[in-house]
Amino acid sequence: MKRTLLVVSLLLCVATIVVAQSTLINATGATFPAPIYQKWFEAYHTAHSNVQINYQALGSGAGIAQLTAGTVDFGASDMPMSDDMLGKLKVKALHFPTVIGAVVPTYNIPDVSTELKFTQKALAGIYLGTITKWNDPEIANANSGVKLPGDDIVVVHRSDGSGTSFIFTDFLSKVSPDWKSKVGAAASPNWPTGLGGKGNDGVMGLVKQTPDSIGYVELIYALSQKIPYGAVQNSDGKFLKADLAGVTEAAAGAAKTMPDDFRVSITNAPGAGAYPISSFTWLLIPVQIPDAAKRDAIKGFLNWMLADGQNMNESLSYAKLPAAVVAKEKKQIAMIQ
Amino acid sequence: MSTATSTIDRAVPPQAGPRAFVHRLRHGDEVAHLITLVFAATILLITSVMVYELWVRSDITRAKFGFAFFFTSVWDPVAEQFGAAPFIFGTLVTSILALVIAVPLGLAAAVFLAELAPRNISDTTAFLIDLLAAIPSVIYGLLGIFVVVPLMRKPIGPFLKATLGHVPLIGTLFQGPNYGVGLLTASIVLAIMIVPFIISVSREVLLTVPREQREAALGLGATRWEATWKVVVPWARTGIMGSVFLALARALGETMAVTMVIGNNPIIASSLFSPGYSIAAVIANEFAEASGDAHRSALMELGLVLFLITFILNGCARLLIVATERGGGGRPA
Amino acid sequence: MSDLRLAWRKSLNGVMLTLTGVAAFSVVAVLFLVLGYLIWNGGTSLNLDFFTQLPKGEGETGGGMANAIVGSLKLLALAAVIGLPVGLLAGVYLAEFGGKTFSFLTRYTTDLLNGAPSIVIGLFAFSVAVLPLKHFSVLAGGVALGVMVIPITVRSTEEFLRAVPNSLREGAMALGANKWKTIATVIVPAASGGIITGMLLALARVAGETAPLLFTAFGNQYWNTSWSQPISSLPVMIYTYALAPYDDWHRQAWAGGLVLLALVLIANVGCRLVLNRRGANRSA
Repeated sequence: MKRTLLVVSLLLCVATIVVAQSTLINATGATFPAPIYQKWFEAYHTAHSNVQINYQALGSGAGIAQLTAGTVDFGASDMPMSDDMLGKLKVKALHFPTVIGAVVPTYNIPDVSTELKFTQKALAGIYLGTITKWNDPEIANANSGVKLPGDDIVVVHRSDGSGTSFIFTDFLSKVSPDWKSKVGAAASPNWPTGLGGKGNDGVMGLVKQTPDSIGYVELIYALSQKIPYGAVQNSDGKFLKADLAGVTEAAAGAAKTMPDDFRVSITNAPGAGAYPISSFTWLLIPVQIPDAAKRDAIKGFLNWMLADGQNMNESLSYAKLPAAVVAKEKKQIAMIQ
Repeated sequence: MSTATSTIDRAVPPQAGPRAFVHRLRHGDEVAHLITLVFAATILLITSVMVYELWVRSDITRAKFGFAFFFTSVWDPVAEQFGAAPFIFGTLVTSILALVIAVPLGLAAAVFLAELAPRNISDTTAFLIDLLAAIPSVIYGLLGIFVVVPLMRKPIGPFLKATLGHVPLIGTLFQGPNYGVGLLTASIVLAIMIVPFIISVSREVLLTVPREQREAALGLGATRWEATWKVVVPWARTGIMGSVFLALARALGETMAVTMVIGNNPIIASSLFSPGYSIAAVIANEFAEASGDAHRSALMELGLVLFLITFILNGCARLLIVATERGGGGRPA
Repeated sequence: MSDLRLAWRKSLNGVMLTLTGVAAFSVVAVLFLVLGYLIWNGGTSLNLDFFTQLPKGEGETGGGMANAIVGSLKLLALAAVIGLPVGLLAGVYLAEFGGKTFSFLTRYTTDLLNGAPSIVIGLFAFSVAVLPLKHFSVLAGGVALGVMVIPITVRSTEEFLRAVPNSLREGAMALGANKWKTIATVIVPAASGGIITGMLLALARVAGETAPLLFTAFGNQYWNTSWSQPISSLPVMIYTYALAPYDDWHRQAWAGGLVLLALVLIANVGCRLVLNRRGANRSA
């Protein structure tokens, strides 16, 4: 007994001392880009072993909230902070776009493995609760040749404050006046119906386990789980399945007219090949970082992210940032004191 | 009399006044009393600070909504409209339903262990059941997601729908789409979690019922069951009620297992298959991201409500259990 | 007529008694089902990697929960340091000193604290230890768990101190020891077995708590190096992994659950056996 106690306490001491010299940076935020962020942070740590970036993916809402409370060093969000939110910050924060991703409607319908096409009205209706069955004409008419069951649709959304929810509801608000008036675009909208899952992975988990369900997740989550996801009707009327080309085209227009604070929405972008539910996602970095080691580490990471990091995007199906945006961001890094 | 610097302990100590105090101090009793008193007072301090923090940090929503907070059912952090009704509904429904399932089961098991089983089997079984109470909540949640939810989807849900769904009056409870997660699943998981409390306290209370009561009933010609149900159990009635209150308090505060299987949708629905939300679950899910002061205040107010409810219930439970032990049971038949 | 009634009563008797047996049996069966499931699903996933590797990112396979296991141990150590002395000394106060009203107040608030939902204690720890320090930390998690340890320790300490026979107290006083010496050198050592097992049970109870750690300890993918930094813990990892869609994470969640359950059950079984044996010895 005594010896085990001794061994355990020695191990604890060793564990504490071994990495005592590193800089630990704490961050929290969106699950939308979490797969690529974690890959980045791991790669950066391998290259710079004294920098540890501890990212807990709790949702964009948590990213903004904890940044405002000052309990984390930086945040991450798929929803740009509104002027209201920025006003509440004690230290001003800068938005740094990192990747461009796509939100896809993923579903689990028994015996249906083909790709479904969703009209704008269909998605709005399903999430408003006005379309309740899979064989509803709005869905069936766009998918002639697919046998859809008459089962009730199980709607899955986010239970936590989510940038992915914001992107999805932003899109719905643009294409459905009904949605805009009844619910609107938000990170925690007042969902008319459905089950709540925590994080992109929670939604994916629920959809995977619940027959007849539909949920909205970032592309990589559906791809990695090999769960079918549908094509969405874009502003030109074409049905597009999310892919790098569609997302890049959606961002192309915004790249030319990117505002200085990088806050922009690219849902329902014009263009025949533009995927309609695309979005930038941002790191929210305070403009003043008192701890010099942390500041250098964060600035170093941002520079790395805009160069080497971007080369890793496509392996996880996120689109690279347009060159014009990268150049603008590099200038913004200098603003961090 | 010896002076203050005397080291002879066994001399007669001064009776009163500052010298007496110093004497007692030197002998350590007063110090020990003081130290232990301070630590006991720390508990009071912690609890008061807790209530104070909950009260103060919920002031925004308390001022804005007042008592309407309990009756409104809109929960919209964006529009800063907060109503606690769906969470209170979810918490109460799952806890009460858990009791409905757990109390008969637990009481029956306690009766078996106290009355029928031979002493050593009873002790071993009670020991094993106590271990159930020690299992952490997140593990019940794990089993809830991977075992109970799929079972609810098929076969339990459809079975209940086909049978109880057609019974008049309670039929509406079992209609509507069955997702697997929902109020009923959460209630079942909660029931499994609280059954050990009911069994262990009820068993102890039943064991304290005097033998004469039982023997008198048997002597009058009652069957074993009749003696138990009509004499022994009523005698232990208050203690059993106490165990029920304790179990209820535990169920109300349960967080992890509930949030993993309840569906996390703040609605008030008439079907037990529908998803719901409980107070503890919404605090766990939303607190990390509550950025508006109003949102955080609303969650703190929910925490305050939960604390008060469990406070009242625990008080009642203690009173009942103490009443049984002191008074020797229920009124004589 | 009365024969019929007797037959009915007898058959009711048989049925009901069998049902009670069934009830007891099914409750015990649940325990074995829980254990069985965890061993079945988690046992195969337990390998050296699980105990030695850090977790990997979303969707990647492999990795382990090494930092979570150490994290839980660290949090428990802090909870012990914060909660056990308070519990012990308060228990001593209630058993040995104790004025009437103050004792009543203390017992009442101890019960209150014991019944408080763990999420509420998490809220308290957040207000008191996270906001002022502007940091999620081991400290905040330790405070939350420590507060939960206190009521359980107070209750068991008081109980075991009271169980020490008065003859020991009187004997010590007859030999000239004053009160605190008696307590420190005679009574507490006499009750020490029970008190220590009570403490271990309290720690086993909070080892499995998840809710209070969600917004205090936060979570950490790396090894924790400082008391004021976030830390990973086993229950929170199990929760996070269980909700995700990745099969590899599910596998690790089962393994983590098995490890946690094993620790908790070993502590509980061990302590209770010790207590039962002492109880038997005392009454023998």
